[in-house]
Amino acid sequence: MQIPAPHANTKGIKFLLKSKVKTAFSCCSLNERLLIKGGRVVNDDQSFYADVYIEDGLIKQVGENLVVPGGVKVIEANGRMVIPGGIDVNTCLMKPFLGTQPVDDFLQGTKAAIAGGTTMIIDHVTPQPEDSLLEAFERWQEAADKKACCDYSLHVDIPQWNESVKYELELLVQEKGVNSFQVYMAYKDVYQMTDSQLYEAFSFLKQLGAVVLVHAENGDLIAQEQRKILGMGITGPEGHPLSRPEELEAEAVFRAITLGNRVNCPVYITKVMSKSAADTITQARRKGSVVFGEPITASLATDGSHYWSKNWAKAAAYVTSPPLSPDPTTPDHLHTLLACGDLQVVGSSHCAYSTSQKAVGKDDFTLIPEGTNGVEERMSFVWDKAVAMGKMDENQFVAVTSTNAAKIFNLYPRKGRIAVGSDADIVIWDPDSVKTITAKLQQSASEYNIFEGLECRGAPAMVLSQGRVVYEDGNLQTQQGTGRFIPRKPFPDYAYQRVKFRNQVKNKQGVTRGIYDGPVYDVIPTPKYITPAPSAKTSPTSHQPPPIRNLHQSNFSLSGAQIDDNVPRRSGHRIVAPPGGRSNITSLG
Amino acid sequence: MSYQGKKNIPKITSDRLLIKGGRIVNDDQSFHADIYMEDGLIKQIGDNLIVPGGVKTIEANGKMVIPGGIDIHTHFQMPYRGTTTVDDFNQGSKAALAGGTTMIVDHVIPEPGTSLMEAYDQWRQWADEKTCCDYSLHVDITHWNDSVKQEVDNLIKEKGVNSFHVYMAYKDYYQMSNSELYEVFTFLAERGGIAQVHAENGEIIAEEQARMLQMGITGPEGHVLSRPEELEAEAVFRAITIASQTNCPLYVTRVMSKSAADIISQARKKGNVVFGEPITASLGTDGTHYWSKNWAKAASFVTSPPLSPDPTTPDYLNTLLSSGDLSVTGSAHCTFSVAQKAIGKDDFTQIPEGVNGVEERMALIWDKAVTTGKMDENMFVAVTSTNAAKILNLYPRKGRIAVGSDADLVIWDTDSIRTITAKTHNSAAEYNVFEGMELRGAPLVVICQGKIVLEDGNLHATSGVGRFIPCSPFPDFAYKRVKARKQLAVLRAVPRGMYDGPVSEFSMSRGGTPSASARTSPTKQPVRNLHQSGFSLAGNPAPCGPPTPDDVPIRPAGRRIVVPPGGRSNITSLS
Repeated sequence: MQIPAPHANTKGIKFLLKSKVKTAFSCCSLNERLLIKGGRVVNDDQSFYADVYIEDGLIKQVGENLVVPGGVKVIEANGRMVIPGGIDVNTCLMKPFLGTQPVDDFLQGTKAAIAGGTTMIIDHVTPQPEDSLLEAFERWQEAADKKACCDYSLHVDIPQWNESVKYELELLVQEKGVNSFQVYMAYKDVYQMTDSQLYEAFSFLKQLGAVVLVHAENGDLIAQEQRKILGMGITGPEGHPLSRPEELEAEAVFRAITLGNRVNCPVYITKVMSKSAADTITQARRKGSVVFGEPITASLATDGSHYWSKNWAKAAAYVTSPPLSPDPTTPDHLHTLLACGDLQVVGSSHCAYSTSQKAVGKDDFTLIPEGTNGVEERMSFVWDKAVAMGKMDENQFVAVTSTNAAKIFNLYPRKGRIAVGSDADIVIWDPDSVKTITAKLQQSASEYNIFEGLECRGAPAMVLSQGRVVYEDGNLQTQQGTGRFIPRKPFPDYAYQRVKFRNQVKNKQGVTRGIYDGPVYDVIPTPKYITPAPSAKTSPTSHQPPPIRNLHQSNFSLSGAQIDDNVPRRSGHRIVAPPGGRSNITSLG
Repeated sequence: MSYQGKKNIPKITSDRLLIKGGRIVNDDQSFHADIYMEDGLIKQIGDNLIVPGGVKTIEANGKMVIPGGIDIHTHFQMPYRGTTTVDDFNQGSKAALAGGTTMIVDHVIPEPGTSLMEAYDQWRQWADEKTCCDYSLHVDITHWNDSVKQEVDNLIKEKGVNSFHVYMAYKDYYQMSNSELYEVFTFLAERGGIAQVHAENGEIIAEEQARMLQMGITGPEGHVLSRPEELEAEAVFRAITIASQTNCPLYVTRVMSKSAADIISQARKKGNVVFGEPITASLGTDGTHYWSKNWAKAASFVTSPPLSPDPTTPDYLNTLLSSGDLSVTGSAHCTFSVAQKAIGKDDFTQIPEGVNGVEERMALIWDKAVTTGKMDENMFVAVTSTNAAKILNLYPRKGRIAVGSDADLVIWDTDSIRTITAKTHNSAAEYNVFEGMELRGAPLVVICQGKIVLEDGNLHATSGVGRFIPCSPFPDFAYKRVKARKQLAVLRAVPRGMYDGPVSEFSMSRGGTPSASARTSPTKQPVRNLHQSGFSLAGNPAPCGPPTPDDVPIRPAGRRIVVPPGGRSNITSLS
């Protein structure tokens, strides 16, 4: 693996030492028994006062006056909220950029996650075109098994579409526990798929019962705009949002939803960054489309005005795709939609590159590696901007930060709920804690925090992962490599139940008619009407002349074979009148 | 223009006409006045006009006098696989006149790979020979390259064409990619042309068609099943996005569905310069007929985008037309005989596409929108002629009754009731998609180029009198706003100090595309770009070796931080 940047390195070492010291004191065996007393359990559907008893990493009992064995460690919640640990559905902790890795790897990234109250991440496996998906998946899994401090799962990105990919997808779904795959509508000539490929990919993934994640931006237009903007001499980070206006995001979202509707396949839009994209999703949901939208920490908490910062390094730190919208009312709008359920889940799309990595694009904004931080700040910002503002209640907070994600990706109720039998990934949430976000105090190894200086209410007071206390009063007690890969089954009910019913309803049938026996115009395929480019493409569109034999090969009997069928035809048209005359099937009038 | 030389019709110069006692209806107001015409132009408007003796007088008796209709979308005499549509320019323009339309705008469709200019000349020749009313031409851009660019430029500058049609459907044939559309729109925006689009997602249609045929659906119902209205709406949305990026006025031909119309109206509310053109068929009938047991009848409705099976569509489109969200009406008149349609009897994708409508257009809008109280008579004039004239930059020569305008007039009878039937229509097609429909409103007298061509139900059209009317670029109706926006939309770079912090070295060892590809990628560029910059503040990063791509593989896979000799400047200090 890559050696992290020096400063990150020292930080990491310090941490390892600290956590080792801690573990010496607190017994950390797997069958640790814990009782959370006096908390208010908040699920996505209701809140109630109850004690929670945890054994072997699972929730064993929920209720009042529980009978528990002696010697149990008791945590006094003192009436504070006890919520399911957050699930961050979008992280990129190993996304390669020109051979280097983000500064936050699975260790650093999951530590940051836990410090923010997130106890599970779903990372994106990002194979390069021509790479094997399976090998990439195994590489990611191996790295994560070694390093992750919390449970994790993996999405696999599909960098290109061909037959071998299909086979690998099948294997990944059936044997590897992956049920979500990302396709790209942007990154022309690299990851971008055409509409036809998307149609095929959607059809195929639907059969497998997978959730299709879409990076929705119109890559063709972006490529044109980038060229135009570089041509105008704009090379700084402001060129990034200028070349990727939010219209292009909304357009691609609309197209992705149209494809999803045609194929009858659930569509999940990753990184909803703009009002217009979010509105498009909202409208589609009103019309009944099965579509999910994922705003990310960055789009929920900050805006794209920073791209115009005079400080290049700061401006570059905000570069991600789709870009943050320069419209400062965007975060508020997205929170509103999140609160009313039009957007469902919150990810972070955490992909932290150091300033020196970002500086690869110092003379050309198209080369700046894309990604922002947010895994650590995710839950706090939703609390601060939505719950504390009165837009959202605590139950919806749990839904968007954890439960909905678990449902969409088929982890529910193992994750995303406090119930008997669920994993003991629990957060005691302190709604009153106020902190100021700064890169100096964050867990992430990046030098810039795009939320720098923002004040934020609400933070985890204690975090339990797999039944162990991993964060308490600002101190991390994580253990590298304890994170387990959580396999996910296909056909999540939350996405597929409706799709299955629609499949049955939407069976189409042809009209049964008498055979047309009227005159038929003979088509002469003159060379003039053949597409000049010698293409091997097959086109079903009407304007392309079919080979002439199609007409004569039909086993059409009423009009009979013509005696001059094999005689070359003149270029005029010929009406074939059937011997029996016209039948009333085709009578005029 | 050539019409001066075409005085083989002796009466035209001496044709003096007076319409007495009519109510003139323009798009902005209605008023009672007499109209005096001479030499094909309107010379005087007012009460108690002083006119020469011996003038033929038409008593309008208080009836409406409106500008002759402009059908902005026809396909007369369109070649199709070695045959042509059954209505040629003569037959078609006769039908137009019979319906109160005194000008048509036909589409020139060059085959992909052939010259636009040659196709244009061909169409001109056909039309000059046969049309009975004035005409103009749109040119379809069916492929895109530098020579096409040159031809488009010539057509705009010298040939009087200001509107060009591109296709988002017909995969592997007419269809253009998003990048090509972007380039076409950019080009047209510079030259002052109108970008017309056939908006349907051709790629998805191709997939759906294959699926339908595989399911054994081969009849005309497969046409509408494989082209659901969503795909129309999607393409409209995309076209609007591209037009907005390129700041080019957009014109969506054949708005056939509610969802497509909604997208246009939403975009207009956001300020996009976009015009929608519903056609006679989408305003008057719906797509339920595709399921007709009579194959020939079902096939006669086949057009693209298809008629929506939703029976509330016509009413909805008429409403949007009345509110101004849709701007103009065409007919997309493109008629094939049953025998021609039967080319696709075993495969709906082979059915030639097109419906009639040039004759019924005006009466149908009157019946569906004006008599139902959705639209007033002024709006009726706007959507049937004035707006079209404005978009084509022919206003006020066409589309208005004013002194100096062409004498293309219609005396409209609001009470006449006709039943549409193929037996009496002027088109040569055996089927009429509006068969049996009872329509209120019809032209009583039609005057074209100052001559009476329809009177007492008798058509006196003369083949070949139609003149080509050249359209000039930058029509104000579309371009005034565009021009103003162009001035505003200047993008500026942020003036910054040079970034002089550390720059990560990278190797292409693993992350890069392993295959040697000739593709240019906006996200990944060859390594040399970085070092070729004339970047001076940070000093020469040469300590790391000669910056050629060749030496990169020698480096270790780990990253290296280059610290500039001068240390960090505060421009990039971390805060």
